[in-house]
Amino acid sequence: MLEVRYRTARTRPLARATLPAALDPGLTIRPAEAGARFSLRVRKATGTVAGLPLDGPINSLAGDDARWIARLGPDEWLIGTSETEADALAAAVASDLAGTAHALVDVSHRNVGIDVSGAKSAILLNAGCPLDLGDTAFPSGSATRTLLGKAEIVLIRWPGATPRYRVECWRSFATYVHGFLVEAGLGTTAPSKAA
Amino acid sequence: MAQPFRLPRGGRVDRTRPISFTFNGRTIEGFQGDSVASALLANGVHLVGRSFKYHRPRGILSHGSDEPSALLSVDRGRGRIDPNNRASVVEARAGLKTQSQNHWPSLEFDVGAVNDLLSPVFVAGFYYKTFMWPRKFWDKVYEPIIRGAAGLGKAPVEADPDRYANRHAHCDVLVVGAGPTGLAAALAAAKTGARVILADEGPEPGGSLLHDVTSEIDGRPAAAWLAATLADLDARENVILLPRTTVFGYYNHNHVALTERVTDHLPGATGTAPRERLWQVRAEQVVLAGGSHERPLVFADNDRPGILLAESVRVFINRYGVAPGRRIVFATNGASAYTCAHDAKAAGLDVTLVDFRTESECGPELGRLRAAGVEVLTGHTVVGSKGRKRVTGLLVAPVGSDGRCGGRRLLPCDCVGMSGGWTPAVHLFSQSRGKLAYDAARDAFLPSVSAQAERSAGAANGAYDLAACLAEGYAAGAAAAASEDRRSFTATPTATGFKPVRIMPTDADPTKQRAFVDFQNDVTAKDIKLAVREGFQSIEHVKRYTTTGMATDQGKTSNMNALGIVAGQLDKSLPGVGTTTFRPPYTPVTFGALVGPARHALFDPIRTTPIHEWAERQGAKFENVALWRRAWYFPRGSEDLHAAVARECKAVREGVGIFDASTLGKIEVVGPDAAEFMNRLYVNPWLKLEPGRCRYGLMLKEDGYILDDGVVARVSQDCFHVTTTTGGAARVLGHMEDYLQTEWPELEVFLTSTTEQWSVIALQGPKARAVIAPLVDGIDLSPEAFPHMAMRTGTICGVPTRLFRVSFTGELGFEINVPSDQAAAVWEAIFAEGQPHGITPYGTETMHVLRAEKGYIIVGQETDGTVTPDDVGLAGMIAKAKKDFVGKRSLARPDVVATGRKQLVGLVTADPKLVLDEGAQIVSDTNQPIPMRMLGHVTSSYWSPNCGRSIAMALVADGRLLMGNTLHVTTPEGFTTVTVVDPVFFDPKGERINA
Repeated sequence: MLEVRYRTARTRPLARATLPAALDPGLTIRPAEAGARFSLRVRKATGTVAGLPLDGPINSLAGDDARWIARLGPDEWLIGTSETEADALAAAVASDLAGTAHALVDVSHRNVGIDVSGAKSAILLNAGCPLDLGDTAFPSGSATRTLLGKAEIVLIRWPGATPRYRVECWRSFATYVHGFLVEAGLGTTAPSKAA
Repeated sequence: MAQPFRLPRGGRVDRTRPISFTFNGRTIEGFQGDSVASALLANGVHLVGRSFKYHRPRGILSHGSDEPSALLSVDRGRGRIDPNNRASVVEARAGLKTQSQNHWPSLEFDVGAVNDLLSPVFVAGFYYKTFMWPRKFWDKVYEPIIRGAAGLGKAPVEADPDRYANRHAHCDVLVVGAGPTGLAAALAAAKTGARVILADEGPEPGGSLLHDVTSEIDGRPAAAWLAATLADLDARENVILLPRTTVFGYYNHNHVALTERVTDHLPGATGTAPRERLWQVRAEQVVLAGGSHERPLVFADNDRPGILLAESVRVFINRYGVAPGRRIVFATNGASAYTCAHDAKAAGLDVTLVDFRTESECGPELGRLRAAGVEVLTGHTVVGSKGRKRVTGLLVAPVGSDGRCGGRRLLPCDCVGMSGGWTPAVHLFSQSRGKLAYDAARDAFLPSVSAQAERSAGAANGAYDLAACLAEGYAAGAAAAASEDRRSFTATPTATGFKPVRIMPTDADPTKQRAFVDFQNDVTAKDIKLAVREGFQSIEHVKRYTTTGMATDQGKTSNMNALGIVAGQLDKSLPGVGTTTFRPPYTPVTFGALVGPARHALFDPIRTTPIHEWAERQGAKFENVALWRRAWYFPRGSEDLHAAVARECKAVREGVGIFDASTLGKIEVVGPDAAEFMNRLYVNPWLKLEPGRCRYGLMLKEDGYILDDGVVARVSQDCFHVTTTTGGAARVLGHMEDYLQTEWPELEVFLTSTTEQWSVIALQGPKARAVIAPLVDGIDLSPEAFPHMAMRTGTICGVPTRLFRVSFTGELGFEINVPSDQAAAVWEAIFAEGQPHGITPYGTETMHVLRAEKGYIIVGQETDGTVTPDDVGLAGMIAKAKKDFVGKRSLARPDVVATGRKQLVGLVTADPKLVLDEGAQIVSDTNQPIPMRMLGHVTSSYWSPNCGRSIAMALVADGRLLMGNTLHVTTPEGFTTVTVVDPVFFDPKGERINA
């Protein structure tokens, strides 16, 4: 059912996005590479699909940067992988869920990722995200649907000790979301010590 | 001599770092650490403004955020001018330009001061009384003059160049106020490991400890204890200490708003740092330790420059090393002013103290002060003051127990420190909807019943003794962090206690006295008495009638005195009168802090499609549709909207047009019960729709009115590709999820928004097939194999597509769905391929005209949330055989089936060139009396190039029965005549669409 994809080069939003030199040096804001994304909906939250677990707690992430699954609700997951792996992953999911009612919808072109890293990442994100992003409430390996300013996003905190986050939004919001993060990155700086 | 009133030693200012700024053009010298107020006083400047109503000379009353009088315009550079800054809280720094307000031509000589002589006219509620007649003068004469005269300061005229940041934060314990109580609370909470935020409005944490040079805490001087405590807190990673941060709003669920002033105090470049940062804190627990405000005494001419609050005199001496005067009289009804007098005396100043209390009512403070060599007059009232632009003397008199005054005595002085007792700052507690209770012993309203997870401690809770504040703060901080930890502190005893007095007894005619209660709004004691005499009994009414407590200081210094006077006049107890409502913000907040980054490009997301940049390069004009920015029309050369749309409309019908329909909402409905779900949600039948076929779907709300519409394709047995209107996408998905989750959880269906996965290129016109034929693979485009209202999958330009054969123009047309990242490339390929066919890009305006020529409705234009399918002629869409669908029951309501409902019709004007106004009203007989019976209104109206005339659609009562009749429509010039017609103006047989 899922077609062969990406025969022509993809034109991604934010391809020409730039960062101001004055951005807080404690931060990195970078558009993520074009990848594949699938929205998976199924009522059975057990076992694995394509090797990715379905039974993690809601708002948790499994996998790694290259291939991951974020559980956003009781019956909803967002799956990320590379373009080259996309067809194989979709086929594997279809096979693993054969006989179970589910929806696997390609949203690779709907979603745009922006990577945020650096010591001040949580402070940056809290400029627009009202959630508690402290280590207890939102430890590494967390993922949730939330808000950034006036845009809906999915926020992922990658596994690992250093704070690295992924902001996923819909493509038409990407300019706003990127602009919001950059503006916030200018607002987190401490005032330069004036005489 | 520079800074003639700077004391030779003392204070926390840095005497090695001189600074200068200007006040009304005059250079003011000060030191790092000064406030504008302290620097002005160091230079002997007391007259800093004119009062709001009477233009009386005013000085600096207070040292803190409760300052009602010393309101300055502060200029920090181009675009950075604010009015109404309190001189007491603006930090002095190089480069500031400050200006006094509310005077003309100058502060020293102000023509408006004539108001002071006319004061008998400007009594409470004077504008209600004076300007009642003649009635018609109000709008044109009185109101503009009053508006012009009202208000303090000038609003800035240039755009604010500063950056404002926003930050959400969560903590276990938020401590408001970093005085001794707040510091102890933060310390106790921090020790448990809890996440603590400690915010204080001042530039330096410490509160009263910053000006306490005599107290000891745990055997150390207060300043040393403060330094050690701050170092302790600073070293803890679980503590965020925020100076210059005002907690101004307490909202539901312990959502507390703070504004942090980040750079205003810094001269020169501050990088990209924001001017202010709005903190939105969600706190598990809040400790309110905001301290208390000193009350002025109410006596005649108590507003002269040089008359300060007693504690403020102490602050200027101890914290800033500034003498507000050399010869100071303290006037008080309580003990705290004795400490002020002590410190003033210790600073080498000439001090006298006048106490309203009798000898026996005084505590040990009396003997101690006398022992220090200060003359103390007990049992004395203050009956007036001398001086004009600066106080030169205080008139006092002994007062007996019967309130009668003895002989007057003039105490020459250049400064008065008055103290009328203390009012706990319960503002935030009240904002949290906690209930106050009156405490007679402390003559104050104190926090009583909490509504949220907070507790008050220290002076904010009515505790004024230092050791008690520390212990109470510590206990509150520990309890907020769920700890049993408690401890006591040893500290120098604080002189506390006062005898409330509402108006100082006087030997003069009280009706001729101007004894100010509210300094900022110029409300006197007699104004309040007058209001009560005129029948205002509720404090809320007295407040609005007299405007007492309604200025930006929200009556921090005045409310208790005003309440007391009202209670006295009504012969009621204070709690019997009650308090007015405390509302956010605690102190004024800049618009910038509230707006934050939400301006310019970040005001709202501006959504654009992958085709947007191409359209920009083509010179398209854009319009806003919901958050989307869509191509409106594509002018060529000097074409205006009208000319461009006329050309685009012709091109589509005669050749081929290309249109970006990417903003259409799209929902992938998947699951074994998908068809059943669609069947229940839409009025149409879906079960028998074959895969590969499309249907126009109409969706109602439960009330039977049209919610949305759009073409739906059945992709496979268990998958539908639903489209919605551009603006309705989110609403429809929410509507669907709502029903799926709450009404029909048994249905195995899943919904996924694919609005942005698929971009849609609409190709419309007789030559559409010829254009795409060379580009499409895997789809037989012949009309027989691929009829109107069908959907096929294949590729176009090698890109996978869901190719719809649908039309919103009435022409042969395709809507080419391709993955968004490839849409721009496909669009450009089609555009290139269409060149020999004269392919013409068109925008939303042409789309609207073309669909109107065919009588196709637009939800939100022909419908307004009260329109049924039958009203717009779409009753035929309803599947009669279906047992139920959302809205079905409502379609049988009496008012829905009754005659007389407004129905969609076409209108043609007698003058074919006249284009009606959308929204214009329609009547049958223009000779009927006004108000006329309106039959309906015009919903859509355009010039139709293809019809060669204007066309319009309208909702008209029983419109379908009026076909061929003449009606009348309003125009800006009067009525015009129209004929009711079928709303299909072009190709009524619909043959072109099947080409």
